[in-house]
Order: sequence, then C-alpha cells, then structure tokens
Amino acid sequence: MELQSLIYLFVGISFAIYIGIALWAKAGSTKDFYVAGGGVHPVANGMATAADWMSAASFISLAGIISFKGSDGGAYLMGWTGGYVLLAMLLAPYLRKFGKFTVPDFVGDRYYSDVARTVAVISVIFVSFTYVAGQMRGVGIVFSRFLQVDVNTGVIIGMAIVFFYSVLGGMKGITYTQVAQYVVMIFAYMIPAIFLSLQVTDTFLPQLGIFAQTTFEFNDGVRAIPEGTYLLHALDQSIADLGFAEYTQPGNLWNMFMLTTALMLGTAGLPHVIVRFFTVPTVKDARVSAGWALVFIAIMYTTISSVAAFSRVNLIKNVQNVEYKAFVNGELTHADGTPNDGRWFKTWEHGGLLAWNDKNGDGKIQYAAGAAFKGKPAFDGENVAEDGHRLTTNGVPAENNGKIENELYVDRDIMVLANPEIANLPNWVIAFIAAGGLAAALSTAAGLLLVIASAISHDLLGQVIFKDKTTGKSTLNEKSELMWARISAIVAICIAGYLGINPPGFVAQVVAFAFGLAAAAFFPTIILGVFDKRMNKEGAIAGILTGLIFTFGYIVYFVFLGGDKADYFLGIAPTGIGTIGTVLHLIVAFVVSRMTPEPPQEVQDLVESIRLPNNAGEAHDH
Amino acid sequence: MSPEKAQAYWKENIAMILKLLVVWFVVSFGCGIIFIEQLNSIEISGVKLGFWFAQQGAIYVFVILIFVYVKAMTSIDEKYGVHE
Repeated sequence: MELQSLIYLFVGISFAIYIGIALWAKAGSTKDFYVAGGGVHPVANGMATAADWMSAASFISLAGIISFKGSDGGAYLMGWTGGYVLLAMLLAPYLRKFGKFTVPDFVGDRYYSDVARTVAVISVIFVSFTYVAGQMRGVGIVFSRFLQVDVNTGVIIGMAIVFFYSVLGGMKGITYTQVAQYVVMIFAYMIPAIFLSLQVTDTFLPQLGIFAQTTFEFNDGVRAIPEGTYLLHALDQSIADLGFAEYTQPGNLWNMFMLTTALMLGTAGLPHVIVRFFTVPTVKDARVSAGWALVFIAIMYTTISSVAAFSRVNLIKNVQNVEYKAFVNGELTHADGTPNDGRWFKTWEHGGLLAWNDKNGDGKIQYAAGAAFKGKPAFDGENVAEDGHRLTTNGVPAENNGKIENELYVDRDIMVLANPEIANLPNWVIAFIAAGGLAAALSTAAGLLLVIASAISHDLLGQVIFKDKTTGKSTLNEKSELMWARISAIVAICIAGYLGINPPGFVAQVVAFAFGLAAAAFFPTIILGVFDKRMNKEGAIAGILTGLIFTFGYIVYFVFLGGDKADYFLGIAPTGIGTIGTVLHLIVAFVVSRMTPEPPQEVQDLVESIRLPNNAGEAHDH
Repeated sequence: MSPEKAQAYWKENIAMILKLLVVWFVVSFGCGIIFIEQLNSIEISGVKLGFWFAQQGAIYVFVILIFVYVKAMTSIDEKYGVHE
C-alpha cells in the first residue's frame, strides 16, 4: 500500500478508537470529570500517567536531542524518570490521602488561605499553558508532515480532536483514552527501534543494541571503520573524524547536574501528573501506580538512548558523500546491495526542516561539524538549483580550519520521525510512527487542558469567586460547576490553539522551562505541606512567589531579553535554573514560616491525618 | 491511634525513604554525573559504564526503587495496623 494511504488508515483507526472511548466513558459528574470518579485501577492509571506525561517532546524530540548532544543527553533521561521516585515517595501517597481534586485544593486547604489557593491556581495555569503551547505545535508539525497540510491546519485539526474527548469525557474519558494512546505510542516507538537495532547491529532488543557490533563497514568519508567494531566505538570514531566531540565524552557536568535536578523536581511538581494520583482507589494504589507509570515510561526511555545512537550512525551511513540527485531520486544502493533511497530527504527539505548547501560544488552531500550556513535555513522562495535542491539565502560561515566543510542542516526534531525513512523501513512502520507521535502530543495536551479547566472552574470559580462567605462552601451546584469546567476547557483549547499557531518562538526549550517553573513553584510547597507541620500560609505564599518569580525572571532575562551568557548565575544555563528557584523557595518558606505564627490546630491535625494511609475515603466504581 | 504510635510510624517511614533516596542519588547524580568520567574508564562491550548509567542504568534502578518502596511501606503499614 502507498505510504500516504497507510498513514490515513493508521491515524484514522487510532482516532476512531480514542473518540469511541470518549463517548463510552462520558463524564456524568464533576468527580468523573476531575478525577475519573476515583476508581481507576493502578496499572491502568500508570499507563495513562505515562501517556499523559510522555509528550510530543519525549516522543518526537528527545532522541534527536540526545543524538546530537551525546553523553550530556543523559540529563534528560535521568531527570525525567528520576522525578517519579520523588513523586512515589514524597508526594503521591499523601496527596491521595488528602483526597480532594487538584493541587490548588491541597495548597488552599493545607495553607488555610484563599490567597495561597489563588497563587497556586495562577501557577497551575501558567505552567500548564507554557507546556501546552509546545504540544500543540508538535501536533501541528506531525499533522503537517503526515497529512500533507500546513502546520496551522494541523494545529486546528488537533484542537478539534482534543476538544471532543477532553470536553466530553473529562478525566474519566481521558484516562481510558490515554491507556489506548499509550499502547499506540509504545508500539509506534518500539517497532522502528527494533528494526533499526536489527539493521545496525543484528540485536533484537534496542536496549542491548548499543552493546553490539556493527553489521557493516562504516565509511564516514574520512576512513572506513571495519564491520564488527563496537557500535559506540564506531560512532565515537566517526564523529571525531568529522570534527565533533566524541559521542560518549561528557561535557559540562555542573550544568548537567543542575538540569537533571530541575527536571526531576519539575516532574514531581507538574500539576497534570500530580492530579493522576487522585484518581486511584487507595493510598497504596497511589504508590503502586507511580511505580507502574515509571515501568511504562522506562520501556520507552531506556530505548531512547539506543535510538539516539542508531540515528546518528544511520544519518552518517546514509547521507555521507552521496550524490544528491541520484540520492533523492532513489537510485542509490549501499555496498551490500540494499537500497539507499533518499526521497525522505526531499520531503523534509520541502517541509523546511532540512537543507543542503553544496559549498564545494561537487554535487555530493558532506556532513561534518560546523554550520552549513549562518543560522536557520532561509529558503529562497521555492527556487531550486539545477539538481533540484532548495536554495538558501543565508551567508556562509568562516572556513572550518581546513577540515571537512559541513553542508547539511538537520533539524533535531525530525530525527525520530525521519529515521525509519532514512533507514528505508517498510511503509507501515512509518505510518505507525505518525499515529504514535500524534498520540503522544494529543494525550499530553488533553491532560494539561483538563488541569487548566479544573483549576479555573473548581479552584478559582468554585472555591474563591462563588464562595459563600458565611458557610465557606461553593454556591455553585454540581451541574453548573461541570458546565463551567467545560466552558473553561473550551477557552483553554482556543488559547492553546492560538499559541500553537503563533508559537512564542521558543518551542524547543519551552518544555524544559515548564519543568523548571513547576519545580520552583510547587515541589517545595507540597513537600513542606506534608513533611513540615510548622509550615504556615505566610511561608508557603512567600515561597511560591519567590520560586516562580526568580525562575521566570531568570529565563525571561537570559532567553528573551538577550542576557549575556557570561552573566549566568554560577554559570547555570536557564534550563537548569529551576533547581536554584526550588532552593530559594525552600529557604524563604522556612525562614518566613518561623517568623510568623504557627498554623491553626485543625491544620496540624490535617497534616497528621495525611501522613497515615488508612481511611483515605471510599473508592468510587464506574 | 495514639500520637506516640503515629510518631513512630512516621519516623520509620522517613528513615526508609531516606535510605532509598541515598540509592537514588548515588545511581543518578553519583554514577551518571559526578563520577561519570571515572566510571567511563570501565568498559563493557564497547559501552562506557558512566555513560550507561546516565542513559539507561539509572532508569532501571529507579523502577526497582519504587517497587521496593511499595513493598517496604506495605509492611510498615501492616505493622502499625494502618493498612486498608
């Protein structure tokens, strides 16, 4: 079957399943809407958490980032998984015992203050929108590549689909949809990884592929590295030949340390992940559920490091020193007779994420360290050269000190999507990747939108604005709160769509920033709320504000206002600054709380009761 | 439950968490970052050990840690009769 028809078929079938599930699990009450009625099985919840949390960034971009960063990419792998250990031990069980719906609920009740609640609501909305903008852009990119529409149309299609199941189904619909999305996603990731592993190393399990030896003579354009060399040795040697730092050579360990910490604390503080642990029946289930979530995440995350290494090898193997015209017309073969079909090159070139600048005019592609031209490719309209490659108008950077000149620009985000095509894998594998990428982006977008919707309807409207002053209870009945939740979800989708169509221009880093903000704003507040009985509302509010403002200010100053790298605080890059934000939050919260009155007795009793796992409230069946 | 017993339960809980977090720190920040270069001098089948910890090994240990935690916590819960 043609690739395009297969893509329509796979994407169509997967969407039909998601929408079918949304209709089947339609939310009837606010409890269904916010926390799926609190009766989700821990394994199912683990799977849904994994899907919720593994975003377009994990699925589409991460292997690409690591492929180009090499050893330092470990910060992302350890950071995004290590946070689950903190989540399981320090947060999930206690929040489940607390037994309300949202993070602001916890903050508002534990710190007996509507100011604290409101600060938390604003932080939740802020962090979630930062994160969701990247997801919607991801949805747009995947749709545009695979359905051959432009990116903006892709974003709108994505909005329509998220609208359908998150607004109708709420958390209950989303949980079961996400279980289906996890299954689609993991198959879509593993199958091409297994194919690649077999192709490059003859090893079935990609996790073990990096321990294997190459199945081919690896010619990097400088020398031929013989067949049977250990894969990582071959990779280290070849990219060193091409002028890059060795793949397994660590870089700046201090920044790796800060980034890893920020990502770990952020994972544990992300509101849409935390809310997942309100959806299981018991405290024990909340602990187990975090374990299952990490199992399901680890299946993919332990594969990513291998996919990253394979991709880099594959890229060099297939594009180095090949004649452009014959390559993109699919006329080339490797030494062993297998095809080296470069039609993918043309597709991505037209998508604007790949560019070739034939500097030495030999008609062949050369890949090496250094820039192919100044900055990102600026294409000369639709003009092409004689051999068919798109012309760029960028200037040429200084000579590469007599080494091989790099002529190739590859956007990191295309590595996972393009890899199966680069490796000439069967069409159904490529179609599957499309369905998986969409599942990843949509599941995270839906989870985040729901958190935004519940923050607005439940916490802001229900607990602050429509609160009866005398009874302290919400004057909204369940039906009108559910209506507000749906309205908020619709508004949130529209804003997310707008951000996806008009991205603030920093999508690649946005996810890492959202983690930094989540770390600095939430992680310490919740931890202190459980582990420090003396923590009071003054400390909490001061802490959240310090963490959020410091981290946000640092990022804005150095990333968007052109702050100079030389002025980095202790040399810390903006992606890792959440770590310092978290430390400041802890210190300020501690100091302020000790200078102000201790919390009222009933709050201290609440903390005591959260610490004990029994009587967590009944589980609700569907 | 008496306040003393609740206190003892909480202490035991914290002690256990701290032990597990030490392991968590050693395999990730220790093996994968701080001592990565030293561990990289050990190589198994072409893969440097520090590199492996940062890219795969730490993740396997994280998974094991959570299930060890669940098991240990369950037995502490039962010991103090606060399980469900």
